[in-house]
Amino acid sequence: MPELTDLRDQTCIVGIGETDYTRGTPKSALELALEASMGAIEDAGIQPEAIDAVILPNGAGSGGTAGDFCANLGLQDLHYTTSLQEMGGAMCVSAVESATAALASGIAQYALIPLCSRFYSGRRARQVTSDPGTGLQAAETIRDYYAPFGVAAPPQHYAWMAQRHMQLYGTTHEQLGAVAVAMRKHAHLHPNALMQRAPLTLEDYLSSRWISYPYRLLDCCLETDGAAALLMTTAERAKDLRKQPVYVTGVASGHPFPPHDIPNRPDILKIGLDFCASRAYAMAGVQPSDIHFAEIYDCFTGQAILQIESAGFCKKGEGGPFVENGRIELGGALPVNTHGGLLSQAHNTGMNHLVEAVVQLRHEADSRQVKDAEFGVVTGWGGHGHGSIAILRR
Amino acid sequence: MKTENATQVVRLPILQGYTKEFYDWCHQRELRFQCCQQCGTWRHPPRPMCASCHSLQSEWAPTKGKGKVYCWTTVYQALDPAFAEDIPYAAVVVELDEGLRLTTWVTGVAPDELRVGMPVEVWFDNVSDEVTLPKFKPQVAP
Repeated sequence: MPELTDLRDQTCIVGIGETDYTRGTPKSALELALEASMGAIEDAGIQPEAIDAVILPNGAGSGGTAGDFCANLGLQDLHYTTSLQEMGGAMCVSAVESATAALASGIAQYALIPLCSRFYSGRRARQVTSDPGTGLQAAETIRDYYAPFGVAAPPQHYAWMAQRHMQLYGTTHEQLGAVAVAMRKHAHLHPNALMQRAPLTLEDYLSSRWISYPYRLLDCCLETDGAAALLMTTAERAKDLRKQPVYVTGVASGHPFPPHDIPNRPDILKIGLDFCASRAYAMAGVQPSDIHFAEIYDCFTGQAILQIESAGFCKKGEGGPFVENGRIELGGALPVNTHGGLLSQAHNTGMNHLVEAVVQLRHEADSRQVKDAEFGVVTGWGGHGHGSIAILRR
Repeated sequence: MKTENATQVVRLPILQGYTKEFYDWCHQRELRFQCCQQCGTWRHPPRPMCASCHSLQSEWAPTKGKGKVYCWTTVYQALDPAFAEDIPYAAVVVELDEGLRLTTWVTGVAPDELRVGMPVEVWFDNVSDEVTLPKFKPQVAP
């Protein structure tokens, strides 16, 4: 029987593509996703026809169906497709896991992972919740048991966790603000960051209006339009391609219990990432102390702190002090979200975190480069706390 | 917070399947939850199988309707316009004495007067002809 460690370094991200991130776009989701896909294909230096797996993080909501990508890219012989829709924002890192399984097993040779998020021009996340149409159990839980009490959007039910964290561990508003400020500083160094030119001080943060206590406006991610894509293949094939391969050295997904309902978890701060981080590190054979930077799914500042803990960078409850004093800024002990994250670059459901990790590990990040970066972590968070983690290396 | 029957809740649950059973009990002024008939484990939100013993047999067992405030968020921006007139309001997680937790409101208390562990008890708010929501208020000392 194969072991999880057999998968270590067996697959690589060999191509990345990303559109501009904007507020408003005349382009359709499929057009944006195809633009990003062609970017990834050209970056890898392969012909589109070589692609035999299309992993759709968000199902047809990724920009199109597998059939759409086949028809437009000219894929004549698709072997494998799957969707990770229920993972919510954890879907993109979980898509890397699915691609790894498909490639390492020999089911497929070249996997495309495309994702377009139209969070500005499309329906806003704040509107999703009381809609009965998704068919997902978590959405039905919101519709039938949260929304009648005015809990209808992520900053509201995720705020429960942030408030609990503050009550149990003494986490402060200034510590939440330190996350927002660090992301903004990094966005200033990224030409494709929505907030590249918008300053943000801790005082600005503390004076921004309340959305859902303890979350202020500046605790919340951006709503943007844009797409990104990854191209993956096996380590053996990667050696012959255009760019330096980035190895998937560890990857795992995990789910809180019960997955659909936050209040009835024995510990509402035990998140999906708590169930999977140790698996990913075991697969990779490295420790959190070996990691040079982390791209953390920062839908909200408090969720970033939770994941910094669950990814093993500090103990449970110590995430607040951890993010202070520049520790998660470039030049600090663990630079986090070197692209500006969902809070200050763009909200592409974490695909932008994967793209940035590849850029960092290729040492192509210019003024925001983490010096000598060899290992990076990318996390995903979504639904009601599903989690995923990839440990990548150059 | 509004008084009984005065709240304009537009976002109503869809009364079908287990959800209809849950809210129908509320309509009868009883806070009942699924309880496994084989091993006695409570569960919420409702679903077919007991995750502890895998029995498909459950009953809607009554609770005493008393519990404590577990956590909350105070909503200042009505992301859902149905609640525009209610802001600021606290969306509270209450932990019942039976161990279950549910999302609700605690009425009769300003959001900034809520405390973790505050003892509360259920009351029932008829928000439409068909839908009755379980809400809570501070327990009155006996």
